[in-house]
Amino acid sequence: MASDTIALGIADPDARPIGERLHDWVVTVDHKKLGILYILYSLLMLVIGGVEATIMRIQLIVPHNHFVSPQVFNRMFTMHGTTMIFFVAMPILFGFGTYLIPLMIGTRDMAFPRLNAFSFWMTAFGGLLLYFSFIGGNGLYGAGNAPDVGWFAYAPLTSRAFSPGHSTDFWTLAILVSGIGSIGTAVNFITTILCMRCPGMTLGKMPLLAWLNLVTGGLVILAVSPLTAAQIMLSIDRFLGGHFFDTQAGGAAVLWMHFFWIFGHPEVYVLIIPCFAFASEIIPVFSRKPIFGYPVMVGATIAIGFISMSVWAHHMFTVGMSSYGNAFFTATTMVIAVPTGIKIFNWIGTMWGGKIQFKAPMLFCIGFLFQFLIAGLTGIMLGASPFNWQLGNSYFVVAHFHYVIVGGILFTVFGAFYYWFPKMSGRMYNEALAKWHFWLFLIGFHLTFDFMHIPGMLGMPRRIYTYEPGRGWDIWNLIVTVGVFFQAAGVLVFVANLLWSLWKGESAGNDPWDAWTLEWSTTSPPPDYNFATIPVVESRRPLWDIKHPEDPDWKYE
Amino acid sequence: MSSVAVARPSNESAWVLPSRGRVGMFTLIAAESAVFTIFVVAYIYYIGKSLSGPTPKDLLELPIFSAVCLLSSSLTIHLAVRALRKAKVGVFGLWWFLTMALGSIFLVATGREWHHLIYEKGFTISTNLFGTTYYSLVGLHAFHVTVGLLAIALAMIFTLLGKVKPEHSERLDVFSLYWHFVDVVWVIVFTVVYVIGR
Repeated sequence: MASDTIALGIADPDARPIGERLHDWVVTVDHKKLGILYILYSLLMLVIGGVEATIMRIQLIVPHNHFVSPQVFNRMFTMHGTTMIFFVAMPILFGFGTYLIPLMIGTRDMAFPRLNAFSFWMTAFGGLLLYFSFIGGNGLYGAGNAPDVGWFAYAPLTSRAFSPGHSTDFWTLAILVSGIGSIGTAVNFITTILCMRCPGMTLGKMPLLAWLNLVTGGLVILAVSPLTAAQIMLSIDRFLGGHFFDTQAGGAAVLWMHFFWIFGHPEVYVLIIPCFAFASEIIPVFSRKPIFGYPVMVGATIAIGFISMSVWAHHMFTVGMSSYGNAFFTATTMVIAVPTGIKIFNWIGTMWGGKIQFKAPMLFCIGFLFQFLIAGLTGIMLGASPFNWQLGNSYFVVAHFHYVIVGGILFTVFGAFYYWFPKMSGRMYNEALAKWHFWLFLIGFHLTFDFMHIPGMLGMPRRIYTYEPGRGWDIWNLIVTVGVFFQAAGVLVFVANLLWSLWKGESAGNDPWDAWTLEWSTTSPPPDYNFATIPVVESRRPLWDIKHPEDPDWKYE
Repeated sequence: MSSVAVARPSNESAWVLPSRGRVGMFTLIAAESAVFTIFVVAYIYYIGKSLSGPTPKDLLELPIFSAVCLLSSSLTIHLAVRALRKAKVGVFGLWWFLTMALGSIFLVATGREWHHLIYEKGFTISTNLFGTTYYSLVGLHAFHVTVGLLAIALAMIFTLLGKVKPEHSERLDVFSLYWHFVDVVWVIVFTVVYVIGR
């Protein structure tokens, strides 16, 4: 009888009406479904944010362009930045974490499945609030539209006097709501990793992805909470007539800057550390070698986590801090480059002497290595306060952080997509299309962001909606915009590949990469319960131990 | 394939991991601490920066009685959970009720203080920087007390219905961590607002 019931449950899931199956996705608390929801939601937002970026680049392609008005341009850069950070980068990384962590540590779900669903829907609702501003920003005032205060929304521009209507209200509430979701996810990550590991998986035997997401969780707790607090203050100012950031009543605009960047800089590491985690899983598998220097990798990550809490004011050199402040934040910024450099050496050490397979995930990770190095070098340049006084708020800064976010984060995210797509969908992607995606995106990325440094050094400030001809900026802006179309073409190939493979891709099997971590021991896609019996591990590479019983890892670890 | 055991012929000690509830609550407390830190920093930064009166000295009096009530509720909740762990459900109910009463006294005292300030002194959140920071910080804490009291009241209802059993002591123990945290925050808020800020 019991077996009959089970057989009925599994027999033919596709036979149920589509409405019922969609309902399953809405009420689900399963970490795999929520992970995929996070990822799909972020992909949608990625397209929206990409369109906003394209609009800005078309406006700047030639001097004195009239593609959009200055007001629309301001909305575009605000919405682009807010969308990409809060509703693309964070949820996509949370999505991968939510999907992968329980599988990689050998458990059946997150520690708090309902909190997991709550966190996702809070994030989704936050994005909805942000985009509802296009309709609702007007309110009853007849003024206001989408937010136009920049993604860091400096005071006093956000006060009622300078931001009438509801535009800034939507911005602050969207961040507040999604921030609560992020904190919930972080609580869940930390608790899952500390309390749900399968037998034998001590902290020293966890996959690096779990370790790095543990540190990320800690950073979210310590970084997003201050932002949430600051948004509560901004809401008090706007809704209740408070004076936190009201310079007319003695409030300090600089205090907002501090509060924002106390969030803002650790946030960079919240985004990049999960990408380090992807690289640390992908590079060993495609080099056919275990990761080089596992303990050092963990130590460097924890060091980055700590130091990242003390570098925030390097975003504020140009507001005029004391010389001690400048010296301190310059020094900490230099120091944080050290553990990051250690990691780059570790990845190179992993590849060194390996049998490297240049599949799409590996290509994206190699791109990441080079680009992240350059991003780090311009970061050190900008971290030196005198240099920063010259180039602060210029296109050099824009080029630098896009090098981190696109060249570092987005590249590894694409790599992670190709690496885990077979596990999530059960089908292989098309390798030729993936290579097209890689090369188109690589060319587009370098056209756009390499050449974006130059107008910055020539004095072009960020956030201007147009510029005078004859300043030497014209040709560079043209090249930068041309690159955008290559990137867009790459993303189109990516989406096409995703859709094509989902329906037509060949079956992937459990373990297409001959990899070593636990997620590859179960079926693709994994069943609801992940593992029929909870695995027991003896080393960092449990699948290696199974495949090579004559020479298991635990003999050496 | 699912049983991934390559039996290493050695130690088979029990596999014990920390409790989910405690780790989750400690993580949440860390997040809440960061939120309060920002509000406390803003309060301290703005002490004496108001461009117009009134000042803390004109308005605030030390709320010693309510502070004592709130702090002693930490002791009563501890005794309540301990009683439940020893399966003394009746004793648990008494201590739990006392916790609820003490927390409620604190909240009523805050309400009376605010009523006095708003209706008799005309001092609101938009009066000056002191008003903004005072009502936000004390209000944020009072909000946390309210959330805690709602949870305590819920557990109290279940106790009266006879649904609380000794096996629930771990959950209530996890909740008591939150309540202790709220009390510790009050020590800090009290010191900053009523001692240093005055």
